[in-house]
Amino acid sequence: MRPIFALSLAAVLILPLPAAAQPTPWAHPGEEAIDPYAVDDANAGAAPMAEDAVFEALGGVQGVSRIIDDLVDRSVRDPRLEEIFKPTDLARLRRTLKEQVCFILGGPCAYSGRDMAAAHKDLGITTAEFNALVENLQGAMDDAGVPFRAQNRLLARLAPMKGDVVER
Amino acid sequence: MLTGGVSSVEGAGGGGLAPWAMITGYGSQGQVGANAHATVVDLPDYQFRSGGIALGVQDRLELSYARQTFDTGPTGARLGLGEGFTFRQDVLGAKLRVFGDAVYDQDRWTPQVAIGAQWKSNNQPGVIAAIGGRDHEGVDYYVAATKILLDQSVLLNGTVRATRANQGGLLGFGGDRNDDYSLQFEGSAGVLLTKRLLVGAEYRTKPDNLGFAREDDWFDLFAAYAVNKNLSITAAYADLGDIATFEDQRGLYLSIQAGF
Repeated sequence: MRPIFALSLAAVLILPLPAAAQPTPWAHPGEEAIDPYAVDDANAGAAPMAEDAVFEALGGVQGVSRIIDDLVDRSVRDPRLEEIFKPTDLARLRRTLKEQVCFILGGPCAYSGRDMAAAHKDLGITTAEFNALVENLQGAMDDAGVPFRAQNRLLARLAPMKGDVVER
Repeated sequence: MLTGGVSSVEGAGGGGLAPWAMITGYGSQGQVGANAHATVVDLPDYQFRSGGIALGVQDRLELSYARQTFDTGPTGARLGLGEGFTFRQDVLGAKLRVFGDAVYDQDRWTPQVAIGAQWKSNNQPGVIAAIGGRDHEGVDYYVAATKILLDQSVLLNGTVRATRANQGGLLGFGGDRNDDYSLQFEGSAGVLLTKRLLVGAEYRTKPDNLGFAREDDWFDLFAAYAVNKNLSITAAYADLGDIATFEDQRGLYLSIQAGF
């Protein structure tokens, strides 16, 4: 237990609020209510890159935003992934994914999502589904004109998350 | 694509000349992946062909079978074997992934490691005995370590093989000069240029057990291209050195592989 625990406890006392009517550190307006948790950049699951070459290759904050929107769009209509994405709060998913990738690429973003294990708990995600998402991300980066080597540098940061994401 | 490698000439998943630690069918949607391959190496004085199948189970176990054909063509007459004389060898392979994940473990240096064995049986015991070979059957054992450095788009493999095989077993096992197992090294290095294209080089050291002819190391420069998820084509310039007294066997290696 870290000192953050006290913060979580305080958050619990403030609840219940109407479903994220006001922005909180863990949820924004328009997103479904979520149990409070300690917000920490470390939840992103990878340290930020020291230089911004890959961040620039993806097109900065706006480029990352477009690529993630495309990734989510592709995944929602992907028959391999629809079971996972259908019940998902897509507004929250888009926001936290954008924050996460921007943060990992060393961009001017903080990550406010949960850690990878907590975010994927009980989703029963398989290796094939993890790989399908990676393919969709590659497709979105291809369409955005991101060079292959820059894509791989981002994927190198994301690949080790498989252990926390895949459950079976 | 291609991160699982292609089919080696002995049937195991890997590069063209060396088995890698990856289990074939890796990345497939199901728990079991399979593939088939056909390979031709056209050399100045011989033609080598290989065809086979491999089955990967749960990214853990790989079973493979390859039939190799070493066609001496017109050279057979000059070797005193008769024109078109052909050696055939069946290779049954088993490979077990021990630990590590070459693709996903990008946060640590440890490679994916597998152990394997290849049971080889050659159909020409008489010729093999005549050239000083001791057996027409043999078993190779190997340890393979493979790492993909995604940050650099680079793939590295090192395999150590314990073997008595002469020219991979095509000229039998053990010989008049040496009949013991020896440890040989097989290295592969490649660069992923695109999602579909891997280019690189391989080097494979070999024993030199037979007195009648010197045996050289093998070397190749390859390009593997994934047409789609189920089909890949590998082209290489292969230098197999001297084979059965015929020098400088260098030529084009072509392989096609289909996965299911």
